[in-house]
Order: sequence, then structure tokens, then C-alpha cells
Amino acid sequence: MAKIIEPPPKTERQAPPTRQVKRSVRRLESKSKVDGSAEYIHNLTLPGMLYGKIARSSIPHGKILSIDPGAALALEGVYAVITGDDIRRLIPDPYYGPAFHDQPILALDKVRYAGEPVAVALAKDPHVAEEAADLIAVEYEPLEAVFDEVQAAKPGAPIIHDVLKPATTFPDLKHLQGRSGTNVALSAHVRRGDLAQAFKESDYVFEQTFRNGKVIHAPLEPYVTVGEMAGPDGLTIHTASQSPSFVRSEISRLLGWPENRVRVRTAFLGGGFGGKLYIKLEALVAACTLLVRKPVRIALTMEEQFYTITKHGATVRLKTGVRKDGRIVAREVEVWWNGGAYADIGPRVTQKSGLTSSGPYDIENISIESHAVYTNEPPAGALRGFGISQVVWAYESQADVIARALNIDPIDFRRRNILREGRPHATGMPMTDIDIDAILDRLAERMEWNRPFDRGSATIRRGRGIAIGIKSCVAPTTSVAMVNIYGDGSCGICSSTVDMGQGSDTAMAQIAAEILGISTESIRVVHPDTDVTPYDMATLGSRSTYHMGNAVRRAAEDARAQLLRMAATVLKTGEGDLECRDGVIAAHCGARVTFRDLMVARFAMQAGNIIGIGSFIPPYEKPDHETGQSRQITPFWMLGGAGAEIEVDTETGRIHVVKLVNVGDAGSPINPDIVERQLIGAGTMQFGFTVFEEMIFNEGQVVNASFADYKIPGMLDVPDQLSGEMVEVPHRQGPFGAKGVGETGMFCVSPAIGNALYDAVEVRITEMPLTPERVLRALRRAQNRPLGSD
Amino acid sequence: MEQNHRRTIRFKLNGRTAITEIATHETLLEVLRRDFSLFGGRESCGQGLCGCCTAIVDGIAVSGCLYLAAFVDGAEVTTVEGLASGGKLHSIQESFIANCGFQCGFCTPGFILMTKELLERHPQPTTDEIRHYLSGNLCRCAAYPDIVRAVKAAAGEHNR
Repeated sequence: MAKIIEPPPKTERQAPPTRQVKRSVRRLESKSKVDGSAEYIHNLTLPGMLYGKIARSSIPHGKILSIDPGAALALEGVYAVITGDDIRRLIPDPYYGPAFHDQPILALDKVRYAGEPVAVALAKDPHVAEEAADLIAVEYEPLEAVFDEVQAAKPGAPIIHDVLKPATTFPDLKHLQGRSGTNVALSAHVRRGDLAQAFKESDYVFEQTFRNGKVIHAPLEPYVTVGEMAGPDGLTIHTASQSPSFVRSEISRLLGWPENRVRVRTAFLGGGFGGKLYIKLEALVAACTLLVRKPVRIALTMEEQFYTITKHGATVRLKTGVRKDGRIVAREVEVWWNGGAYADIGPRVTQKSGLTSSGPYDIENISIESHAVYTNEPPAGALRGFGISQVVWAYESQADVIARALNIDPIDFRRRNILREGRPHATGMPMTDIDIDAILDRLAERMEWNRPFDRGSATIRRGRGIAIGIKSCVAPTTSVAMVNIYGDGSCGICSSTVDMGQGSDTAMAQIAAEILGISTESIRVVHPDTDVTPYDMATLGSRSTYHMGNAVRRAAEDARAQLLRMAATVLKTGEGDLECRDGVIAAHCGARVTFRDLMVARFAMQAGNIIGIGSFIPPYEKPDHETGQSRQITPFWMLGGAGAEIEVDTETGRIHVVKLVNVGDAGSPINPDIVERQLIGAGTMQFGFTVFEEMIFNEGQVVNASFADYKIPGMLDVPDQLSGEMVEVPHRQGPFGAKGVGETGMFCVSPAIGNALYDAVEVRITEMPLTPERVLRALRRAQNRPLGSD
Repeated sequence: MEQNHRRTIRFKLNGRTAITEIATHETLLEVLRRDFSLFGGRESCGQGLCGCCTAIVDGIAVSGCLYLAAFVDGAEVTTVEGLASGGKLHSIQESFIANCGFQCGFCTPGFILMTKELLERHPQPTTDEIRHYLSGNLCRCAAYPDIVRAVKAAAGEHNR
């Protein structure tokens, strides 16, 4: 029988229950991350395991004439060499991808980018596998290649895929099925108002084209996947993936197996940033494992990351009609996304970022055309922001151009044009739970915008700039969670959200703890394992706190309802008279019972489970194909702003960022400290993309594929003053009012720095990154003394 | 691999005697992970530029992904797993927790070991000294401000 704790004496004062949400709880896994014991798939080896090393295409486009594994197989210790033909014997149609089924597990018949996997050497010793991969001899017949996204979209460009192969699961891509003779995988449109008339009525029209180069995610944990047989007809895939549920369904589809024969599990990720989404090494490792019936591990080197997935390069043409009073009345946007050789999630980047490419502005007349384009470069996919920073670079650089032309203060110019609560977005959806004024207020305050500003002197010139940006959180997507109360009353959360450093384990535990009235630190979060944890679309797009947070909240509420029902019986009172707090269930009269004692009362011993289930899928209305209009395009809007204060060395072109302020609307934050750190982390990443990170290509070959030649921000690079600032505009459907914020810090950094550059030296650079060379060339051109090669 | 490329090495690992057989081309990092299940050192850039693979050999922080295992024969090697004593974390580890000096945690052991070397040589580092000393360690999550704070707090602790 349950022990019923008698009411405490009346004189004893009840401590107010501690709130678990809106509290800067330390990350639950803290100790494991400082003592080296945190689990990463990177650490996993299995008995009898073979190491796989990939042989890659040496040319950007060409037919495969022959693959000769002879020399590789002759090397002592080589177990097997696997080619595309071997894979085709196992999987007749071995093409994968989240939007298009266009990417072969290993190249078949032709290669489409330099660095594409062509064959795999397997050996017990990784050094032997590496040597063998180098000995695989491949002969090609080169084909004409195309690298620029605008050129590739034109008629007459070399065709990269003979026929488009959209995934049949998406009804909105059906019309593309079987289309041939084009490199444009998808075009998305938004149309609103009467654009031609509005341009006629505009006092000024501004038209410019902005470009972004390619950069990479470079998570420090390499991409790594380990496969093993699970009995004669099952497969277990251990993988550093942000999307275990997707991996399971895609591998099952490729194999023609039911999902229940494929188990996918992850651990902590040593960073992801969108790179470890969908299928990366998983299909290859699954195929190798099934072919050799032994555990197989493939881990990429840092160099290989550059041949695996990148951020999209993009060209954005913007034409904007403005009235004398500074109101934008018309905007035409055309975006070409350099998707590389395989679509990955590029078509979705094209749609989702395309639809917000007119900015956080209230504009009556809009036309947006957004094109996903195949080129002969490594595939581009999701990178923290999903295309947003590319379009914000364009529209916020242009906002600065317009404000200056009209002699309006940049903050004031934005205030005259921003979307406000209730006003329709470009897609027609009325804006809800937003406050862009608050973001501008915070920027003005932190940048001390109205104070006199030191403009520098001689060769060091100072400037400052701001930018704001908007993103629609990805939709439609589903999250399912379980909250499990064990026999001793302790609690576990089963969720397929992947903690890759963003702190999701802690946030989910806080949400469940708040509902159950227990401490966050007492909860164990079970890491994604598709045999154990329920479905989640993926850890991407700042969706987890909102979607999985709501699923966990519902699962905890379900568990709590069951506990209260049990407690009502035990305490002989009504459920309405009970609440979960301070780790017990308490009646208003003061009687209390612990979770454990309830379990004992129910199961006659310390045994059993109470399982709460929660699922969450927010409302969504598919946009109209021709106009992009929808009453519900997104569950919540993400809004951010950035301000930069910089020094420019006019002799070297080097930009030194003195101060970088990043403001993000976090809704009502679950864990304020973690939110601020996400803003700072994202801001620093985008800072690197803005001032020095750039993949350099020569005829499709990446020539700087290592940290020796491709620099990411280190201690000495980061701005002297760096801050992440929350604006709190609670979301009515968010868990405890929260919104997602993992990407927000990326949105605005580039144009804030670009606008500060103009402010300092009156030079407008339209192509990222703002390297010293590019700045110096622009400065010298502006001074009419161009550098030799210009 | 031919037999004459193999040899046995003996060294002190986190205070205990360690013996293992290695191939001469194998790095310290792969031997620590494979033969001793010490996973705090991690391979990332593979070029000694990111600091994820840091180990301390005879008091000097080295890049475990470049340092050949053969060279630690007779040496004293410390990894992040060897910092705690008597079930208690090292003050630097405590400080990284208290100041949230990490996000994904992959680079963290490298930063902690580098901080240990820093504080042994410069017990009272300035912010500039910290930034310079740790500039060979990269953190893609960019927890840099928190790391600097953690090192400063650890320096305070170190000097007590």
C-alpha cells in the first residue's frame, strides 16, 4: 500500500514551487562533456568491424568508362572493394534524397562533381583501407561542366541530370516528375498585388544583384556512420545524424524493407549545423554492411566534408519601388540557388527561403521567383538558417542603399516599412506574435545609435550598420514524444530530437519537469533510437523547442493525468483537488504521495510504467502553386536583427569587427542562458562566413579543402564585444510561450557588417565574403586606381 | 603491415603504467582511443590545427593526431580522463561547467588540457594571453566568450 504522507503542521511554511522553465538550468550532460565521457558515434567501434574509405571522382562531370579495383584488392589486408554496380545488385534503384531521388549511393555510369563517391575500399585496418582507396583506378570520359547557378539555369547549359526525379512522397513536386532538358530542379513563386502598376507609381526604383559564395558547416565531429547486422534480416545504423527518423524511412525505402527492420540510433553530436541531415553516409554504410555482412564504419576526414555538403551559393536580383516618403510599394525578387550536383534539401531551401525573400516588410506588391539549380559542384543543403542569410544579405544591403539614397536614418527607414501584428506577410498570412519594433529598439539601444560616433582617421576608418531579417519556421512537420515514469518514480523522456550542442536535452527536461512538478536535473533524456524513441521529423530549422517541446509538454501532461487519476484513488480525493509539485502529488488538504508510492500502489511492488504520449503537428496550409499564398504558411515567425561596429584598414582592406550585437526573438525562453549562447554562437559562425570563410573552386575542384586553407573563426578572430540579446514576444502556441531560436543569430550579421563597411568607407560590396582582398579591390576602384589585375 | 614496423611501447598514462603494441605509423590519438578506450581526445581536422586531439606529453600539450605513438615510449601522458582525482573533477573542469564553456562538447577536452598547460606556465593570464594561448583550439559552436570566462575563473581557483 502507498504511504500517505500526512499534512505538514499548519505553521510550516510551504516553499513556493521552483519554476523549471524560464530558468538557466545548467546543461544536464555538463559533467560528461568536461571529463571526456560524453557519447559520440565518433567513439564507436564494433568487434570484427571493417573501415571503409571512399575513392572519389577526380573530375566535375563525366562518364565512368571503367573502375579497376585490381591494385586495391591486391593490397594485403583489403577485404573488399565496393562499386556502384555492386550496390545496384543489392538495391536496384539506389538513388536517395529528401526532395528528389537523384543521388546514387555510389556513382553510377557518370559522375556529377569532383569529389563524388565512386567506390569504397574495406579493410580491418583504416590505414590499409585508405591506401587501397587511392589504388582504385577509374577511367572517365569528361563532359562539359557548369558551375555558376545563373548560367546553369539558362537554356543550352550542359545538362546534369537527364531527367528530374522528385520524391513521390511530395504532392507539390509531382508536376516535375519526368521533366528533362533542364538544370532547374524547382521554381517557387510568390505573387501579390499589381507589381507593374506599383513600379509605375514608384518615385524611385532600385535594382541590384547580390551574391553569396559557398561555405561549409565544418562540425568538428566528422560525419560518421557505423552499420551492423541485427540478425539475418535486420540492420542497425549508428550515425551522427540530425534526422534519425528520416534515415530509417529512407533506408527502408531503398531496401524495400518495412521500417521495423531498420534501427537508427544517434548519440550526442559534435555539431551539426544542418550538415548531418537526411542521408549522408548512412545509405553507403547500410549497403556495405549488407554486402559484406560485417560491421562497417565510414568516417569522413575534414577534407571530405568539403565534398559532401555545403551551404548554397546564391545570386539574388532585387528590384524595389519606393515612394518619396520612404515606403516600399513594390518588390521583385529573383533568386538562383546553386544546389550543386544533387538536390539534397535544396528545393525546400528554394521554397522556404524564397517565400520570405522580400523581407520583414509590409509591401503590397510583390513577385518572387526562386530557382533550385543543379551545377557540377558538391551538393548544397541546409545550413543553419536554411537559405535565409543569403536573402537577408541581399534585401538588407539594399535597404541600406535605399535609406541612404533617400537620406533617411536606417532604423527609421525600417520602421516605416516593417510588418506589424495582424498585417499580411508576402504569402498572405497575417503576422502573429511578432514585434519588430522591439528588435529595432534593442538594436538602437545596444548600438547607442543616437550617440555621436567616432569615424576614425587616417587609414583606420570606422563605421556601423544594422540589419533585420525574418524566417518562417519549417512546416508542416510532426514530433512525437513519450514521458516514461518508471517503477521507482523516476522519469525518462523518449524523444528523437538530437542534442548537437543546442541544449535540447536540457530544454525538453525543463518542459517535462515543469508539468510534472519535479526537478529538471532528475530527468533522464533517452537519445534517439528509432526502436525506442518515437518519430520526429528532424532536428533542424529551429523547430525542436516549439514542435518537440509541445510534444514533450503533451506527453508530460498525459503522464500527469494518469498519475493524478491514480493519486485520487489512493488519497481518496477528486483529481481536481490534486497537483504535481516538488516531486510529489499533493492534495489541497496537504496530504501527499510520491510517484514511487503510487507505482507501488498500482503494481503491488516497485514495478511497471506510466507512459505519457504526446504528439504535435501545427496547422499548415499549403501555399498556392502559382501565387505562394497561404493563410497558414508557418507555425511561427522567427525574427532577428544585428548591429555591427567595424574598423576598416584602408591600406589592407581588412575589416575588424569591434562590436557585434545579435538580437533574436526567443518568445518566452525556456532556458535564457542557452538562448543567448545560441545567438552568440550563430552570430560568430555567420561572422566567419561574412569576413573570411569561402570555398574556393577551380573548374569545379575545391582547392582549399582543409583547415589549413579554409579558416573558421578562432579565439583571436571573434569581435571584441559580442552579445546575444533576447527580445521576448511570447508565442501563444509555443511551449510556455517559447519559439525556436537556433538559427536566428545567423540571419543579419552579413548585411550589418556590409552596411558598416559602406558607412566607414563608402564602398558597397555586393558579393560575400568581405575578404580583405575584395574590400581593397573595391576601395582602389572607388579611388580610381584599381589594383593591377582589375 | 610488416612485423618490423611494430613495436611495444611502455609509458605512464594518467599516472598508471601502460604497455601496448603499436605500428610505428600510428598516432598517439588512435592508440589512446583503440587500446585504452580514452575517447576524450578526438580527431577532427587531422592536421593539428583544431586542438580536438590534444594530449599532454611530459607536460607539453601536443596534437595527438600528428604525434606518433612511438614517441611516447617512456613518457608521461595525460588525457582529460586523468584530470579528476578521488572522484572529484579538476578545478578547470568545474570552471568549464560553471561558466558553460561548451555547447556540443567535442572540442572541450582539448580546451581543458590546453588551459591546464596555460595555467601551469602563466597562473594569472590576461584575457589577451588566454586568447593567444587558446588560439590553436577551435570551437565551431563558438563558445569562446564562455571559455575565456571559464579560464579566468579557473585561474582564480588555481591561485588559491
